[in-house]
Amino acid sequence: MSARRLAEQQPDSFEFTPENKAWLDRQIAKYPPGRQASAVIPALWQAQKQHDYWLPQKAIEKVADLLGMPYIRVLEVATFYTMFNLEPVGKFFVQVCGTTPCMLRGSDAIIEVCQKRIGEQRHVTADGLFSWLEVECLGACCNAPMVQINDDYYEDLTAESFAKLLDDLAAGRPTHVGPQNGRNRSEPLGGLTALTEFYGADGKSGPLSDPAAAAQPAHPGK
Amino acid sequence: MAKIIVDGIEVDVPAEYTLLQAAETAGKEIPRFCFHERLSVAGNCRMCLVEVKGGPPKPTASCAMSVKDLRPGPNGEPPEMFTNSPMVKKAREGVMEFLLINHPLDCPICDQGGECDLQDQALAFGRDRSRYTENKNAVENKYIGPLVKTEMTRCIQCTRCVRFTAEICGTSDMGNIGRGEDSEITTYLQSAMRSELQGNVTDLCPVGALLPRPQNFRARPWEYTKTPGVDVSDALGANIRIDTRGREVIRILPRINDAVNEEWISDKARQSVDGLKLQRLDRPYLRENGRLRPASWSEAFGAIAAKVQATSPDKTGFIGGDLSSVEDLFAAKALADKLGVKNIDARQDGAKLDPKNGRASYLFNASVEGIDAADALLIIGSNPRWESPVLNARIRRRWRAGDFHIAVIGEPHDLTYPYEHLGAGPDALAKVARGEGFGEVLAKAERPLILVGAGALAREDGAAIAALAAKLAVKGDWNGYSVLHTAASRVGALDIGFVPGEGGLTAAAMAKAGALDLLFLVGADEINVEPGAFVVYVGTHGDRGAHRADVILPGAAYTEKSGLYVNTEGRVQLTDRAGFPPGDAREDWAVFRALSAVLGKTLPFDSLAQLRALLNKAVPHMAQIDEIEKADAGALTKLPAGALSGAAFVSPITDFYLTNPIARASKVMAECSALAKGALKQAAE
Ligand code: SF4
Ligand code: FES
Ligand code: FES
Repeated sequence: MSARRLAEQQPDSFEFTPENKAWLDRQIAKYPPGRQASAVIPALWQAQKQHDYWLPQKAIEKVADLLGMPYIRVLEVATFYTMFNLEPVGKFFVQVCGTTPCMLRGSDAIIEVCQKRIGEQRHVTADGLFSWLEVECLGACCNAPMVQINDDYYEDLTAESFAKLLDDLAAGRPTHVGPQNGRNRSEPLGGLTALTEFYGADGKSGPLSDPAAAAQPAHPGK
Repeated sequence: MAKIIVDGIEVDVPAEYTLLQAAETAGKEIPRFCFHERLSVAGNCRMCLVEVKGGPPKPTASCAMSVKDLRPGPNGEPPEMFTNSPMVKKAREGVMEFLLINHPLDCPICDQGGECDLQDQALAFGRDRSRYTENKNAVENKYIGPLVKTEMTRCIQCTRCVRFTAEICGTSDMGNIGRGEDSEITTYLQSAMRSELQGNVTDLCPVGALLPRPQNFRARPWEYTKTPGVDVSDALGANIRIDTRGREVIRILPRINDAVNEEWISDKARQSVDGLKLQRLDRPYLRENGRLRPASWSEAFGAIAAKVQATSPDKTGFIGGDLSSVEDLFAAKALADKLGVKNIDARQDGAKLDPKNGRASYLFNASVEGIDAADALLIIGSNPRWESPVLNARIRRRWRAGDFHIAVIGEPHDLTYPYEHLGAGPDALAKVARGEGFGEVLAKAERPLILVGAGALAREDGAAIAALAAKLAVKGDWNGYSVLHTAASRVGALDIGFVPGEGGLTAAAMAKAGALDLLFLVGADEINVEPGAFVVYVGTHGDRGAHRADVILPGAAYTEKSGLYVNTEGRVQLTDRAGFPPGDAREDWAVFRALSAVLGKTLPFDSLAQLRALLNKAVPHMAQIDEIEKADAGALTKLPAGALSGAAFVSPITDFYLTNPIARASKVMAECSALAKGALKQAAE
């Protein structure tokens, strides 16, 4: 990571939609009076969701005004967490985990696909569809390597399956969220090896045999 | 109290003391970067690691752990800590090595070199060589205002500056953005800091990341001659250190005095130094055919003597200035007395304060330290943030401690702490005096502080307002009636009775056209003297007084003389001479002494020592340097009540950065002023 800055092109204003404002008021109300600054992360998060998945300067200031915080305090939070995007991102925003377990399981190949298919990190493709970012552990190490695309995890990737995933997204085809290699959630790839008398046989868990379960919701997009 | 053994020395300290403080009590100094006595504990630099027994079996940050957190030994022995064990030595070396990884090796071109904590501690506690061969991290410099130059690659992220602006200044200007090795200290989108105390971050910064911009590359710390002085830019009398190189004052730093300024000074006190060199009067001038021309001392004295002879005492007057020392005013007053002149006054702003009402009527009786003890505060006609930023920071500190009700009558400025705004003028005060609204809070308070500013006193009904305010302030032993003056010389002038004698005119009356034929301005630049009188100006700068003058006698600025100043709480303080006045200029008291001889009214002193002896005889408490002679609160009850007008209180300070001739001559202050005005305009939009 290098130093993160606010985007050069900024919108002139930012307002929460009435629904989001109401939602935010409920979050603020969770904290005792005088402690409304505690709601800064949910507030920024909601602002980012509302604003094409990135935070403009005016949104940072809006949140600060709403919570009675100095602007710099909110900027500190927004620049600290990489989950807050300070620049526009693609319609499909790919966060590639590059931390040790994923790296050992081949995240370098995934990153290579990104570079070839999307280009430089933190750059949006000309068609506005993709941008990517290398991030630290996203907590799905057992299914390494993995990426997060918008709100969804795609796991157990290979260069091929990941390239296909990107093609599917670009073409608007439905995708399969979760492991891409037929594994069920984070269970052993070859099926359960323990507690088999309790699980697997009745379809509660185990290797994907149930076509209904396989048809998990396609990627909803935005 | 709790016992703790530091390197084998047993000490008894308050249980809430940090290990670092306990070690200091035992006489062991612990290196530190992020810890600062007057800021909250951050615990992020790790330089203060020590070894403890009775706590976690790893090096412990001594600034962030308190004595009461440690467990006693198995048989109840007091906990032990070590500041010089092998573990500590290794830990310090390790921390230092990490800090230096990304710190540039540019000490030879760094202004901080020679007074740099990192440099000193690397020498004392670091390894003798570096094992780091990778590239160093570089950080972009930031603009954070005209007073502070940044070199952010040098920053070690101690966050002292961040905590200072958030906690002491109350402006929350600085922050730490990004994370990890990309952490950067900056203001919000590189805007200028907004505090009147921002210059202090250059003292706090333990490395050369934040440096005073006006002093950039001017001198090395070891080249300075250091002289203890007293600031005159406001009436607080902050203790300063005047650093000179050769004849030139290069910089002014705070001196620690917990009773007055702790360790802060305002930006005006610190950075109007360039004003000491600009616009200076370095020789006498005479006005001839409407133009001022350089003259010799004897010519100038001759012209004055002729005028004095031709003028009767009741058509002659003396106005004392805001920056004059007690000695200057004492000498001027002595001359006036010899001439039989009754028209003398140092209250250029027309403040309705009179020594005959007792000293309590014009002091900040609660004392600056007393702010910490006060339990309610009413500010009347004052904007303490501009009238004395350091005092305002003290009020803010008291507010942060909690349980402190503050109300303001007057203009509603941003004071960096919340307050209740009761109204604009005397009506609101009358209401409080009747015990309504905030009056109830005051009635319940045991130590109410009533801060009365020049905005409430320098007006027709000033005396009546003072009487009303005084009634609210005295409770038993507590006298909370506190006048915040705006002029450094004011209390001293009132102490020596630099006010009109029987039938004499006030400053405002003297300045009126036709009132006088001959007027001496003793460094008085804040008053507009109408045409008519022959004006003799004794002072330092080509400011308002000099422009109006017919004869100019060049005097010495506060860094160029040894002098007494009495601050707003009545504390007598002595400032030392750090350099000589430029050219032919002389100290003001010596000018009056020389002039008196020409006039055939020789004053009875030939040296400053003799003058001080006379002064001490006349006003005994002037001999008690650094002391406050407590004023008798009884006099306050006798203040004459009077009718109140309806007009709103207006603070006399409209531009914090330009309140005296030195600051008005300073280019740095002009820049700050322009910036602040721009910001004000923006805020108003
Ligand atoms: S700029 Fe100086 S005071 Fe501020 S965090 Fe960096 S080293 Fe500390
Ligand atoms: S290391 Fe990639 S998800 Fe944990
Ligand atoms: S001084 Fe203790 S961690 Fe910095």
